[in-house]
Amino acid sequence: MTAGRRLALALAVLAAVLVVVAALALFVGSAGLSPRSVARALAGRAGAESVESVVTLQLRLPRVVAAVLAGGALAVAGVAFQGLTRNPLAEPAVLGVSSGAAFGVVLAQIFGLGLSVLQALGVAVFAFAGALLAAGAVYVIAVVPGGLSIQTLLLAGVIVGIFFTSAITVLISIVDFNRLGGVVHWLLGNLAPIPPASLALFALLALAGFWLILRSARELNLLALGEEAAVQLGVDAVRLKRRVFVAAALLTGTVVAFTGPIGFVGLVVPHMLRGVLGQDNRLLVPTALVGGGIFLLAADTLARNVVAPAELSVGVITSFCGAPFFVYLLRTRYRATL
Amino acid sequence: MKPLIEFDGVTFAYPQPERRREGGFSLAGVSFAIAEGEVFGVIGPNSAGKTTLLRLLTRVVAAGTGEVRLDGRPIRQLEHAELARQIAVVPQDAPRPFPFSVEQLVLMGRYPHAPGRFFESDGDRALATAAMEATGVLHLAALPLEQLSGGERQRAMLARALAQQPRLLVLDEPTSHLDLRYQAETAALLQHLNAERGMTVLLVSHDLNLAAEVCDRLVLLGGGRVARVGPPGAVLQREVLESVFGCAVVVDVNPKSGRPVVQVAWPSTARR
Repeated sequence: MTAGRRLALALAVLAAVLVVVAALALFVGSAGLSPRSVARALAGRAGAESVESVVTLQLRLPRVVAAVLAGGALAVAGVAFQGLTRNPLAEPAVLGVSSGAAFGVVLAQIFGLGLSVLQALGVAVFAFAGALLAAGAVYVIAVVPGGLSIQTLLLAGVIVGIFFTSAITVLISIVDFNRLGGVVHWLLGNLAPIPPASLALFALLALAGFWLILRSARELNLLALGEEAAVQLGVDAVRLKRRVFVAAALLTGTVVAFTGPIGFVGLVVPHMLRGVLGQDNRLLVPTALVGGGIFLLAADTLARNVVAPAELSVGVITSFCGAPFFVYLLRTRYRATL
Repeated sequence: MKPLIEFDGVTFAYPQPERRREGGFSLAGVSFAIAEGEVFGVIGPNSAGKTTLLRLLTRVVAAGTGEVRLDGRPIRQLEHAELARQIAVVPQDAPRPFPFSVEQLVLMGRYPHAPGRFFESDGDRALATAAMEATGVLHLAALPLEQLSGGERQRAMLARALAQQPRLLVLDEPTSHLDLRYQAETAALLQHLNAERGMTVLLVSHDLNLAAEVCDRLVLLGGGRVARVGPPGAVLQREVLESVFGCAVVVDVNPKSGRPVVQVAWPSTARR
């Protein structure tokens, strides 16, 4: 089967799974609505003020969309960082990039930026800048002549992550806590409903980052052979790395701005897909967009229901899945390369 | 014959000293030319600048002074993809962290011919298949590189270079992972490619005897300078080699080919 056909087949399967998981997410929740009333609300046949309409359309639906966007963006960012650093364990949270973005968001909140579309754009810009700063710092710390070593890169990511987390703690400590309402909950990764206009902005920014990385997918394959080999095969490696670096930081920053730092999606999803589809980034980037959406939506649905009527942060679920998965990868598949 | 490649007074030094120690060494005032259709060898001791020369030729690094020209055009004026359509490199070893299949690797050789294309065309796949057939790795097409032996990996890399359809094929230590049989087959394949397809070949090698057998001309580098350029018989002379390599050697003649054969004059043989 050619790569194009495999991609079409994989996307069809993933789309079907996404529909099933999205339906589950819409129909299940602590409000205890019957499937029939949810369906009525979705079809627009319930009153706008009715409980089923408010719960389904204003709480659950935006949350489903946000989860799919955030999961897809994080998984694509994971594929991008892994290709860029030629490190199979790279991921926005592991590299400390999420912490940098979170620092940017907290800073933006101190400046009083909130949830209206324009203000959300401002928060996203701060998050993007924070992500760029953290990713740049990791790169500068880890780069040695001849490339990036896997261990140094991971350590640099941990160090940069700790630094920005401490910086956030300092900000929270010196600023009036009430001005940073809900920041602690947000810092754990939280898919609280986002207003439709902001959701559209979220989608726009995520798709821009996705598009940049998708366009670079074939070149990322060549970069996996090493920078020198990529140049010898005709890739302008400097331009490629800059483009993917900016796009991956944009994706991470966007997700953190709208949902908080959610870890390990960028690690778990790309590796599960690699197990099925192999190493070709042209297959991994588009499928990660859908697969990441499925993963985070499933995790969030679990987070909403497992301790209902209370709610876990979705980041807790992804970390519970992701941390053991990271250890598994470290101890098995990549043991030889470390 | 008109030169395909010209090195014209090329000088280069790596900026950081640690890089210099790592194996990338400086070049000083290096000049020579490779004619279209010839098999040309770059030889010299470790750290003579062989790898640096290869990096300069493929624009991985840029010359400090002097110029590298392809067909009379300075290569710094060429786009990376344009250069990769003319020059293909078979590196010493394959990458490790992401295990691509042999076919995926070979298809990557088609990139410079249509950088804007997302998936390869049917024509690209046909060329990749032909390249795998030519180097005897077609039956391994679906296997990940990490499951291949050193020799098979090398032939997969050679297939990728052939899929690039270059005018100049550059091989960096091509036989270092190969046993005798595959060394002989590689040499035969190079000569075949050169004779049948008119492909110019640049061989970078430690193996003086391989270079002597397959190359029309050689450049011997020593300490970043050209020690001598010319046909094997003119370059592989005892006094020249002893001064460049810093050890005693014996130069014989291969009775079959009439080419020079170089051996180290081992101290133990001297005693006997």
